[in-house]
Amino acid sequence: MTPNITLVLVVGVLFSTGVYLLLARSVVRALIGFLLLSNGANILFLIASGRAGRAPIVGRNDGARMSDPLPQALVLTAIVIGLCMTAFMLALAHRSWQLSETDVLADDVEDTRIHRRATDNDMSESDYQDRDRPEDEPVAPHPAGLPVPDGPTTYDDHLDENDDAHDDQKTQTVTGGKEG
Amino acid sequence: MIALLVIHALAATAAPFLVRLLGRRAFWLLALPPAGAAGWALTQTGAVRDGHGPTESLRWVPSLGMNLTFTLDTLAWLMTLIVGGIGALILIYCSSYFERDAPGMGRFAGCLTGFAGAMLGLVTTDDLLVLYLFWEATTVLSYLLIGHKTTSRDSRSAATQALVVTTAGGLAMLIGIVIIGQSAGTYRISEVLAAPPTGTAVTAAVVLLLAGAISKSALVPFHFWLPGAMAAPTPVSAYLHAAAMVKAGIYLIARFAPAYSGLTEWKVTLLTLGGLTMLIGAWRALRQVDLKLLLAYGTVSQLGFISLVVGAGGHGAALAGLGLLLSHALFKSTLFLSVGAIDCRTGTRDLRRLNGLGRRMPWIAGAALLAGLSMAGLPLLMGFFAKEAAFGAFLLGPEYDAGPTGSAGADTLMLAVMVVGSILTFAYTARFLWGAFATAPRRELTEVFDAGPWLTAVPVLLGAGGLVVGLTATWIEPLLAPYADQWVAGDHPVHLGGWHGFNLALLLSVLTWACGAALFAARAPFESAQGRLPRTYSAEQVYRLAMRSLDRASVEVTGAVQRGSLPLSLALILIVFIVVPGSQLLWGGVTWPDQVRWWDNPAQPAVGLVVVAAAVAATRARRRLRAVFLLGVTGYGASMLFLLHGAPDLALTQILVETVSLVVFVLVLRRLSGKFPDDPPRAVRRWRALLGLGVGTVTAAMALTASAVRSTPPSASDLARSAVEFGGGSNIVNVILVDVRAWDTMGELSVVLVAATGVASLVFIGGDVHARGRQLIRASWERRGSYTDVGGAEGSGSRWLAEGGRLAPERRSTIFEVVTRLVFHTIVLWSLYLLFSGHNHPGGGFAAGLMCGLALAVRYLAGSRDELLAAAPVMPGLLMGAGLFLSAGVGLGAMLAGGGPLQSWIFDLHLPLLGHVHLVTSVFFDLGVYLVVIGLMLDILRSLGSRVDTQIEQQDAESVQVAGTHTESGEPAANSSPVREGPMGT
Repeated sequence: MTPNITLVLVVGVLFSTGVYLLLARSVVRALIGFLLLSNGANILFLIASGRAGRAPIVGRNDGARMSDPLPQALVLTAIVIGLCMTAFMLALAHRSWQLSETDVLADDVEDTRIHRRATDNDMSESDYQDRDRPEDEPVAPHPAGLPVPDGPTTYDDHLDENDDAHDDQKTQTVTGGKEG
Repeated sequence: MIALLVIHALAATAAPFLVRLLGRRAFWLLALPPAGAAGWALTQTGAVRDGHGPTESLRWVPSLGMNLTFTLDTLAWLMTLIVGGIGALILIYCSSYFERDAPGMGRFAGCLTGFAGAMLGLVTTDDLLVLYLFWEATTVLSYLLIGHKTTSRDSRSAATQALVVTTAGGLAMLIGIVIIGQSAGTYRISEVLAAPPTGTAVTAAVVLLLAGAISKSALVPFHFWLPGAMAAPTPVSAYLHAAAMVKAGIYLIARFAPAYSGLTEWKVTLLTLGGLTMLIGAWRALRQVDLKLLLAYGTVSQLGFISLVVGAGGHGAALAGLGLLLSHALFKSTLFLSVGAIDCRTGTRDLRRLNGLGRRMPWIAGAALLAGLSMAGLPLLMGFFAKEAAFGAFLLGPEYDAGPTGSAGADTLMLAVMVVGSILTFAYTARFLWGAFATAPRRELTEVFDAGPWLTAVPVLLGAGGLVVGLTATWIEPLLAPYADQWVAGDHPVHLGGWHGFNLALLLSVLTWACGAALFAARAPFESAQGRLPRTYSAEQVYRLAMRSLDRASVEVTGAVQRGSLPLSLALILIVFIVVPGSQLLWGGVTWPDQVRWWDNPAQPAVGLVVVAAAVAATRARRRLRAVFLLGVTGYGASMLFLLHGAPDLALTQILVETVSLVVFVLVLRRLSGKFPDDPPRAVRRWRALLGLGVGTVTAAMALTASAVRSTPPSASDLARSAVEFGGGSNIVNVILVDVRAWDTMGELSVVLVAATGVASLVFIGGDVHARGRQLIRASWERRGSYTDVGGAEGSGSRWLAEGGRLAPERRSTIFEVVTRLVFHTIVLWSLYLLFSGHNHPGGGFAAGLMCGLALAVRYLAGSRDELLAAAPVMPGLLMGAGLFLSAGVGLGAMLAGGGPLQSWIFDLHLPLLGHVHLVTSVFFDLGVYLVVIGLMLDILRSLGSRVDTQIEQQDAESVQVAGTHTESGEPAANSSPVREGPMGT
């Protein structure tokens, strides 16, 4: 099968310009880039479907060469999904504008926090940090002096309250760190 | 067997509801399936002994050679009895163990019942892949059961640890299974065992298989997860970590021992690890003060013992191994349940605090004593006979040079390990019984509370079971013999039970008791000696180190790669796209086309040039609207290219979508700033351009090479005939959409629905939007009845739109209203034409729906939101729901009519007036598409149009209030025109 150079060039340009805009921080600009890309992708299907021909409608162009209908069906759904994407992204841009008077994407706070943890070598959130206990150390379910519960208990783990307290404390330090 | 498994699954699913309904009594009902399984196995005892146990098979995934085959042989029979019998008793025990309204009991009951079913499937299946599925099912359920206390950090981390360790082993096992299955050419276990494949790959596979078994059965170096898993409620420990799940590994070893116990790798692995585990577990058990942990380490030790014996192979060892399996299941579950009872009734399991329980809980003490005697290997109990048999089997080595390992020296060494392990076992058993039940003088007696009767009855029952089995060991032996008979019995057969005279095995037992008793007597100095030993590197530390490194690596990688900047993340993805396929294009030896076409017809380059120019200009646009306009040019250009290519459907849809997109863009952009807010520096722009060029070049090159290598004719070449014959339409693209790929189209409709809902939810935030929408629609309906009156009041004849009178005069445009009045119905009619003719001519549901949506958009633009309500007084959700329902209904209807889902039926009717009608049922499917797309359009107009109008008006009203008298009241209203604000003017 021989490729159609004109279409190949158009696809190349649409992909290039699409990527250029997609990398922008403005949601609307990125959306426009995305739509350029998707126009390019749709035309890519034309290249893959081979030589141009008559419309794939039986009985109209008998004798003449028909274009391949299968990629067309695929592209048709893609076009409609593209419209859905447009509407949804614009609604997002609108919401972003409502909240912050801009549609520029700021850096993600959580990612920034993880990056800071990596540079600070901060492993305090690992479950496996400084909690080693030698394996054959006898582990008593009760620290000495803990009063026996009033009635029969159903669970075997009596240390839970301490655990949860520990967890809470930890959460507090984390949020405290964020604010700081 | 399949029926039993289905019953288990149903019971597990129903468990949460049963618990809600019946409380903890539900456990009684849930005990029925496992009890049924055990009972059924009992009825099959004769058949299994005679070697023709039942087999059931159901084809499942024939392409993988994976079938639901289940068979009951001796090993499966024994395991079924253990899993079902003990499972039922433990479920009954739960009915007393839990408090009346314990949280999470429903989930617990479901998981435990499901676990019993998974275990049953695991031990009865005859298919390696199905075995793997059940294997992992037990892993996941055990994770949920260990982590029962979701609020406890220890519980969660113990559950994770068990999951990580056993899943890692399970995955290794899967690789082994696949290698063995592929080498043998079958995944049927019985066929593999009948003709076991050999070779280096298979040897490696067997070792991988063992890795699964070792991790599951908590052998060194994976033993640490089992004591950790004691965070689970005690019934779970008793069932999973004594009777059932940890036995899955033993089961696997026993299953493959007849085929592979001759392999050196097999023997070395199991004998070394089993022996080590036996000693390490028992050694550590001697140091525990928590009864449950003591038992856990004891279990580790026993599992090592059983693996060693079962893995050694040989007639005697096999028989002894099954005996050990049975006795351990009985005594260890008894002991765990006793500890559960003690814990429930005293509130502690610390043997330093317990005092005098022997008198206060005599029944529990009796049960635990029976079980303990069995564990320590004292006569008349099953544990004794099994241990005697194990000693006997290995004594064959030094005595007759006919031992299981094949070398007298190795046999003697293993014997020594077993004797030392048994001495330690005796000592920790004594420590357990003494610590739990003895009465120490001068110490306060432990207070005991009352609890449910089954807390006592079940351990007593199980403990007595150990005694009964021990007394009847001679009769049980022939039942287990078929398994051992897979090896040659030899001249000196080993027996379970009975009196064999004063032989060497008995002497060893006596030695064990004596040394064990001495060790127990000297426990105080021994413990302090243990404490003085230098601390060694433990396996758990290695595990924690590995997990910590994993955490560390993930933080470093995430921190390095994911900087929180979307452009950066996208750039990373795109760089991978450029580098990987790009290097393949450059150096991968791809085929480039020999010849190319410059164009198919001369119009293509002309249109292409426009598209390219518009795209390049769009990158340079600083004003939003200019960029949108240029984007539109590329879109219309693309539709022109579609048309030139011979794709009228695509061209039509693309034009309509492009138009709708423009409207949507403008509706939103009126709220945003006129210029793009981001203006990156030149260096950033250059990087982006470089990336863009790279991606564009790689894509274009891929298009070239993909065309060059394509050799087969299009798959659609036959579609022309079938479209007419089966699809009943001549527009092949439409037939593909509504018939050939109808499922796919339905999926797409769901996406449309979700996107529309997303848009509406983002814009309508806060308040009871739905009720308000309905109210507006009702009001619009009511006004509809009185239009003539309103029109009369305004001056008749001047009203071109239904709601035109409700619009501010300065916003009205008579020409627009007149045109709208003229074209609206025509467009709607045209959309209907597109819908119904789409099967044979360009058109179809998508294009028709967009067309109708455009008609609505025109009404909205001319007469604002009230006009939109008048034009389509329905909630968009109703349209979309009805559309999807209609599409799915066509599929269901076709099924009810006896066809495949979404099959088309063709009717040719002769109707009066209309004449010949060619009706294809897929038109109803297309009607569904039509409705969904109209719903999408209506949702967009309502959200981004009407709702945003309202928001603008509210804002303006507020600013008017703030500005006070400075602003004329007419100004804000003029600004709120949907198309006249801001960006439009520029």
